Amino acid sequence: MNELLLVLPPLIFALGGVVLLMVDLAIPRERKSLTAGMAAVVSAAAALCAILQWGLAGSGFQGMISVDGVALALDALVGVIGVMTIGLSLRYNALRGILRGEFFVLMLFSLSGMALIGHAANLLTIFLAIELLSIPLYVLSGIARPRLDSEESAMKYFLLGAFASGFLVFGMALVYGATGQLSLTGIARTLITSTSVPLLVVGAALMLVGLGFKVAAAPFHMWTPDVYQGAPTTVTAFMSTATKAAGFVALLRVFGVALGDLANVWQPAFAALSALTMMIGNLGALTQINLKRMLAYSSIAHAGYLLMGLAAGGVSGVRGVVFYLPAYAAASLAAFAAMTAAHNGEEDQSISAYAGLSRTRPGWALVMAVAMLSLLGIPPTAGFVGKYMLFQSAIDVGLVPLAVIGVLTSVVSGYYYLRVIVTMYFEAPPEGVAVTKGNRLSLHWVTGAIAAAASIVLGILPAPLINAVTAGVTSIR
Amino acid sequence: MASDYLPVGILILLATALAFLIVLISILFGPKRHAQKTKRVQPYESGMQAIGPGQRRLPVRFYLVAVLFILFDIEIIFFYPWAVALRALGPGGFLAMLSFMTILVVGFVWVWKKGALEWESMDK
Amino acid sequence: MQMLILLPILLPLAGMLINAAFGARLGHRTVGAIATTAVAAAFALSVYFFAQVAGAPDHAVSGNFGPWINVAELEVPYGFRIDALSATMMLIITGIGGLIHLYSIGYMKGDPRTQRFFVYLNLFVASMLTLVMADNFLLLFVGWELVGLCSYLLIGFWFSNIKNAEAGRKAFVVNRIGDVAFVLGVLLIFATFGALGFKEVFEKAEHLKPESAGVLTVITLLLFGGATGKSAQLPLYVWLPDAMAGPTPVSALIHAATMVTAGIYMLIRSHVLLEHAPVAMQVIALVGAVTAFMAGFVALTQWDIKKVLAYSTVSQLGFMVAGVGLGALVGAQFHLLTHAFFKALLFLAAGSVIHGMEHLTLTTGRHDSDPQDMRNMGGLRAKMPITTATFIIGGLALAGIPPLAGFWSKDEILAAAARTSPAVLVLLGVTAAFTAFYVGRQIYLVFFGAPRSEAASHAAETAPTMTVPLIVLAALAVLGGLLNLPAGFPAEGWLGHWLESVIGKEPHAPLDLALAGFFVVLAVAAIAFAVSLYRRFVKATQADPLERLGALHGLSFNKWHLDGLYRAVLIKPFYAGASFLARIFDQGGIDGLVNGVGALTRELSVTLRELQTGFVRSYGLITLLGAVAVVAYFLFTLFNGIRP
Repeated sequence: MNELLLVLPPLIFALGGVVLLMVDLAIPRERKSLTAGMAAVVSAAAALCAILQWGLAGSGFQGMISVDGVALALDALVGVIGVMTIGLSLRYNALRGILRGEFFVLMLFSLSGMALIGHAANLLTIFLAIELLSIPLYVLSGIARPRLDSEESAMKYFLLGAFASGFLVFGMALVYGATGQLSLTGIARTLITSTSVPLLVVGAALMLVGLGFKVAAAPFHMWTPDVYQGAPTTVTAFMSTATKAAGFVALLRVFGVALGDLANVWQPAFAALSALTMMIGNLGALTQINLKRMLAYSSIAHAGYLLMGLAAGGVSGVRGVVFYLPAYAAASLAAFAAMTAAHNGEEDQSISAYAGLSRTRPGWALVMAVAMLSLLGIPPTAGFVGKYMLFQSAIDVGLVPLAVIGVLTSVVSGYYYLRVIVTMYFEAPPEGVAVTKGNRLSLHWVTGAIAAAASIVLGILPAPLINAVTAGVTSIR
Repeated sequence: MASDYLPVGILILLATALAFLIVLISILFGPKRHAQKTKRVQPYESGMQAIGPGQRRLPVRFYLVAVLFILFDIEIIFFYPWAVALRALGPGGFLAMLSFMTILVVGFVWVWKKGALEWESMDK
Repeated sequence: MQMLILLPILLPLAGMLINAAFGARLGHRTVGAIATTAVAAAFALSVYFFAQVAGAPDHAVSGNFGPWINVAELEVPYGFRIDALSATMMLIITGIGGLIHLYSIGYMKGDPRTQRFFVYLNLFVASMLTLVMADNFLLLFVGWELVGLCSYLLIGFWFSNIKNAEAGRKAFVVNRIGDVAFVLGVLLIFATFGALGFKEVFEKAEHLKPESAGVLTVITLLLFGGATGKSAQLPLYVWLPDAMAGPTPVSALIHAATMVTAGIYMLIRSHVLLEHAPVAMQVIALVGAVTAFMAGFVALTQWDIKKVLAYSTVSQLGFMVAGVGLGALVGAQFHLLTHAFFKALLFLAAGSVIHGMEHLTLTTGRHDSDPQDMRNMGGLRAKMPITTATFIIGGLALAGIPPLAGFWSKDEILAAAARTSPAVLVLLGVTAAFTAFYVGRQIYLVFFGAPRSEAASHAAETAPTMTVPLIVLAALAVLGGLLNLPAGFPAEGWLGHWLESVIGKEPHAPLDLALAGFFVVLAVAAIAFAVSLYRRFVKATQADPLERLGALHGLSFNKWHLDGLYRAVLIKPFYAGASFLARIFDQGGIDGLVNGVGALTRELSVTLRELQTGFVRSYGLITLLGAVAVVAYFLFTLFNGIRP
């Protein structure tokens, strides 16, 4: 029974999902907001549980499961993201006719997979968790069936995701072959004495490919723009924030914990991938005229910044990553919230559709502006603090060229982020758009406002979170 | 050392051989491409012209049922090793399988309630 | 306790946010009420902290909110510290600030942009509190810049008039010059002491080796350079008179009582550095005295009721700066306090006068004369009794007539000058006579005699929201002197004792009866002279009796021709140089380079987009190629001799 405590947050997600699946059958079609509410409660409960368990550490289930500060931080983060995504989904999904019970149940299943990644202490558990997070996402991307873009998105994501999973599991098999171990600590122990280093190294490379796909690192990012664009926007918001967080924790577990002693082999590769990802993400975003697609490239770019932290390694690098994940999530959620709110019904994704938003929807324009500034990394936003920590950690270990590339690509990103702000604030609104004085106090608005406010608050008073993150990172086992 | 891999080698050989065999059989006994124009290989020898492609599209419900079947089929596969080791696993093993079963049953109930098993009314 | 220390800043900030977010729906009265309440609550908290500081063992309350900037050795926390000096400043800022907020409700009535006005005003209070509560130079600088921003926004508040917008820009640009000096000073402090916290810097300054004293002189002069901008001293004072283009409550709060004293505050705060830089002290004293004299001279001949007060403010700030330079820190701070009382009073009363002069325009729509020109006034005594009484009290306090507040504080600075520097004494003494003269001239022209325009004869007393603050401030202007009575009086030198924990013990002298008597007689004579001169000024079109002075009058009336001088010597060459650089370097070199880089980046981006075909098969292929590359890279690093 005590062992169950070690996986309590993922368990809450999973059990909540199973129970909700049954309960939802009894809820009539037009009252699915009830399902959403219950899903939000489950998600919040899991996050709360993780916070209450803060400080817990240990392992169990014959070494398949462990818990530490990073695991609990991930639980709390994805739980909060879950609640906020649900907050955004109610209105958006209802308008698009996809307010279905399965939407929220699948989200909970995916969340349970994400949370489980943090708790995984074994390659098999990691693989299981990754599949558990991915498969519901494939369905969620296509939930706006029979819309073609949504179906296309789901199909592409599924095919390429399966492809990537193949790399991942093959890599795990090779590592197992080389070390005879599946548990992360076991691998770390036998790493030095392993007689078949080439096998091990190829295994590590293939695992990097598989996990790199999940976090949308170049050159495994090709799916991202298409999938993000086609999927329902709330699903995109969920994917770009929660999945990325889970993927990075998986990378941290596999490379930081299990293959830590192999760092001098994989760290240059991480640095190279980071540089490539930053360049491709930011350059790709530059010429986009579709806001959602631009945010997809922006998501790729941020995977690059986060990889920089892993390449730097050490407490300062990992701390930067774990701080940047919520910072990025807040800004990203704010941006998607504003995007889904700016238009009623059929959303127009082109950036030009947001012209004059400052006059037609001033509140949302502000939320979007804050999001853009935080993504760009302008003080006093959370994005600035996070980027600063990541760049600093890279400089500390001598990865100066990487930090320079990071700064330069950030400068490039100013062009497309600020363009959104310029469009909203300095261009005339399209004709026939009603001016909304103030925002109705809706759930959607509250969610967006909280995300934007978090971007600011974490930028002005980052110290408490940094301290908590530092404590969590130093507790990695 | 090398002899350890003998069973693996035999398996690979057998699998390859089987693949070739199946292709060979279908070449030998399957309809010939060059004979397609003749009446003998047409679906109906009554003189009616066949309309549309020879491979008919199957309704999606067929795949749905097939997928559901595979799901529960795999469940059965889990049972074999579990049954063999049941005594060694003790009550913990029993509880684990019970929760696994419960989750599957939940899925089954959902599938049932959603009408995925009803061939006729599936269009709803 | 820790969190509580932020509350005085957070309250006006909250007021600002509420008004910014919902102000449009709340109505102007509610907006004003919210803003005023926020500042009043901050005042209550300031009183609370004042008591806390008095009770605390080290006479300070501090709060640290984690690291703000940690780069290499530079560690700057979000640190706040309230000591005796800060607490005094907080009381002025929130107390006078609250009264001025209240006054503004009446003053801004009917202005469509009232909401924005109160948002700026609240932001100003929050920023000013940050400035005085900061426990390090960098946070002080943040407040310093924020108040500058608010000042800029409020000077140009009625920006539809191009003159106001230009005044705002002038204030901004001139202040930037001072700020550059200030930033350099702060950087030099960090380079010298390796810290920016007040405590560390001052402790290290005490133990600085004698050969480094030269650095201290440079630091002090640079800090003083910052003060010349913010506190309007020579050569940068030119922005302040123009700044009176803003709404009158702004002039009272920002450009008389609080923001302009930030420079004085900063100098007093840095007194440890000053004490080790005697040369800098002499420069400061002299600059202050010359500024006081020059500005007082200009104030003699101005016609605009607010212009007179503006130059008077510059002149009085010169007094304070001279006091700091003479080492009379308590005197400077004392004068800062009393000046805040009576100058805020004078500005608000002037605003009330202007309001009264506009009464005719507002009720009948007729507009025949400039409501700020004193030539059009006269005889308002009968129409606006409360305004008249309070203005006279403020004026006499400014002129240094006992027992009003200004007498005591001015006397302390003059006495300090008499002890140390005859040159400064002469300059300040002449200025004191000037002050009394323009006060007498102003009071007589505005309130006495017969109305010289239709507007003046139809003026009416203003609403209670405006007169009540006047009465309160008048009471303060009368009683303010009690704060620091000379030795020999009951409750002598209270302010000096209170500030001991910050600036140490200062010798406290008894009243020098000969000196004080001389200056009182001088002031009374100057007022009498002004009254006798302007009794014959009965028509708005008449020439100023002072024009008989000829060239001297021209010099005063045209403000020493400083604006023209600056334009010819500084601004024109600057523009010429800037446009030269813009043509050659900016457009040719830098723009070309930037555009080139931009075009290249775009080109790359377009190429990248072509890879994104939309086909899963090509995505899969690229993923596969990437995988091969990663595996190859791993093996490459491995076989290059790097082994785990």
